[in-house]
Amino acid sequence: MRPEVDEVKKPKQSALEVAVLVSVGRHPVTGRARRADQDARGVELALTLDEARVTLLHAGALDEQSEGALRGYLGMGLPALTLIEQPQGADVLDALAGTLGDARPQLVIAGERAEQGEGSGMLPYLLAERLGWPLVGGLAAVEKVEDGVATLLQALPRGQRRRLQVRLPAIVTVDAAASAARQSAFGPARRGAIETEAAAMTWDEAMPEWKVSPARKRPKRLKIVKATSARERFKAAAAKAEGGGGQVLTDATPEQGAEAIFKLLKEEGVLR
Amino acid sequence: MSEIIRRDPRKEWIARNRLHPDHLSVLAELGEGTAATEWMGPNGVIRRNPHAVGFVGPNGVKRIDRSGAQQGGHAAPGAAAQAKESRRQVTIDEPAFLVAVVPDLPGGRLSSHDRDLLGLARQLADADGERPGAVLAVVFAGQEREGGAELEAVGLGDAGVDRLIALDGDAFDGYAPEARLAALSAVEDAFAPRHWLLPDSKLGGADLGRRLAARLRERPATSVWQIEPDETAALGWRCTGRGAAGTSDIQRALPRVVLALAECAEPVAETRHAAQALALAQPLPPLLARIEDLGPVAVDPAGVALSEAEFILSAGNGVKDWEGFHHAAEVLGATEGASRVAVDDGFMPRDRQVGATGTWVTARVYLAVGISGAIQHLQGIQSCDKVVAINLDPGCDMIKRADLAVIGDAASILAALVEKVQRQREEKRDAA
Repeated sequence: MRPEVDEVKKPKQSALEVAVLVSVGRHPVTGRARRADQDARGVELALTLDEARVTLLHAGALDEQSEGALRGYLGMGLPALTLIEQPQGADVLDALAGTLGDARPQLVIAGERAEQGEGSGMLPYLLAERLGWPLVGGLAAVEKVEDGVATLLQALPRGQRRRLQVRLPAIVTVDAAASAARQSAFGPARRGAIETEAAAMTWDEAMPEWKVSPARKRPKRLKIVKATSARERFKAAAAKAEGGGGQVLTDATPEQGAEAIFKLLKEEGVLR
Repeated sequence: MSEIIRRDPRKEWIARNRLHPDHLSVLAELGEGTAATEWMGPNGVIRRNPHAVGFVGPNGVKRIDRSGAQQGGHAAPGAAAQAKESRRQVTIDEPAFLVAVVPDLPGGRLSSHDRDLLGLARQLADADGERPGAVLAVVFAGQEREGGAELEAVGLGDAGVDRLIALDGDAFDGYAPEARLAALSAVEDAFAPRHWLLPDSKLGGADLGRRLAARLRERPATSVWQIEPDETAALGWRCTGRGAAGTSDIQRALPRVVLALAECAEPVAETRHAAQALALAQPLPPLLARIEDLGPVAVDPAGVALSEAEFILSAGNGVKDWEGFHHAAEVLGATEGASRVAVDDGFMPRDRQVGATGTWVTARVYLAVGISGAIQHLQGIQSCDKVVAINLDPGCDMIKRADLAVIGDAASILAALVEKVQRQREEKRDAA
């Protein structure tokens, strides 16, 4: 029942309008429709924002499978989800851009890539280009939103973080570094409303021409040995993996040793 | 010095005895290794002296080793030079078209992903032998070049770059996708390359490439891992890329903008290219950035997963002063790792174990303290860039693997290092 309590507490005149773009995911093992992992993280991020009015937006067809998946998002504690009806194989960009352009939310949150279809991750970029809003990718958290400027925490590889400031309205994408989505509760998921909206539709004309097949295992890269003589071939085959050419400091005082290590650490830029 | 030639029977004996440790150096000294066996005769015919081939073995019998090993002492530096020169120099003066590549250059160096991508670009450029294209690399020179590596030293020419646009400026530092995108658009306007190739790597080419595709109104092919020639396609190529979170393969005609995965092609190994610098005719227009980079955030290194930590300080059996070790890790801002012995003895938790039975790490710098380097441990650190070893035993396997090894007492070296880092930080603070 906790999500509904949250709902009551939330003031109606909340300042920040947040739209979360959600899609229908695909379970990697069973292949069933589910909430997409990154989109669910995006919803979680939106729900943790202070004084935000969150709307969920999905463009696509409504059938039995996708309804189950979409209700998964409602089960996270939201009363309604806006569904822009688009048939299978449509290009949803126009419909989404139109809806977002009319609603003018301050912050649009999306996952990085879809788990079905092309999954190119282009949609947020195309929306940003179309609407002329800035886009920040790979978000870990939104630290604060003040005076139309959001302070964001971007996830870098190797567990590092970077702080960014972006002027709103903006589009942000969430990656796997953001906090995990809360569990979806069954009751609120059943009670939540899916409000359908009609919108103009354009077909995606390029996609039917492509050949889509289940992912093949990529061939492993072979070590190519370019040897001119038997000796070189033998050496390549029998070679032990060795770094080689390392510098060894023997009989150095601890200070000299520390100096050498310090220089290397500085060169690599790992010291902060 | 007199003109009399003096024989040194001992050296002659060493020269005959190829098992002697000084054999090669003595051979070099006596000049026997260099005896000419082949030369160009006066009539332009190659002449051979069969008697100069080979060497006299330990029993006075002449041996001929056709593997080339016997010239090892001499040939070693020569062979290395030859290997370098064996790359064919290729200069393309009048390219029929351009293939633009935007390498990531993480830390100012070409990553293996960048090299693969340049290999892919070469495939596209060299497909038609009569009308070859040129590979144009667009490099943002401000890219975290803390290592001090200069652009020439990056080896772009060896990686297959014909033309180079180095864009310099503070505007490109840090996370500046808008400025970079504007620069790429300027390159597009000026040179109109036929292909745009970017690595599909997180926060590098993946971000920039998608922005570029959206700006150019091109539908990019993402996560591409294979290309094949195809006459029916518009650009003459067909590509295969991953779709739907990596669970499907999409085969399609190659579009103009391609985001390729690592190992999409073989890196360039046989040729060397000019990497001739080009410049944009017009300066880039000033740009009001809407995204501001406030710099990196200090992350608790202990909270970073070991497998993706950048800098690991790892302890083994040789560490006796554990207080000092933890303190050093804290001061250096390193993630702590351990060898199996340290974990088994209860000094470190199990999830910190590095190696085949623990975590396979990918650190940029791996500082191994008192670890002798069991083969399982060395497997675990295979993909580390730089390994630094502090150890008492100069003969251990870790020293052989290490890029920098310091022989000595671990505790005192770590203490000296900590002191040095702290002093440096204080100086910086005073200066600021």
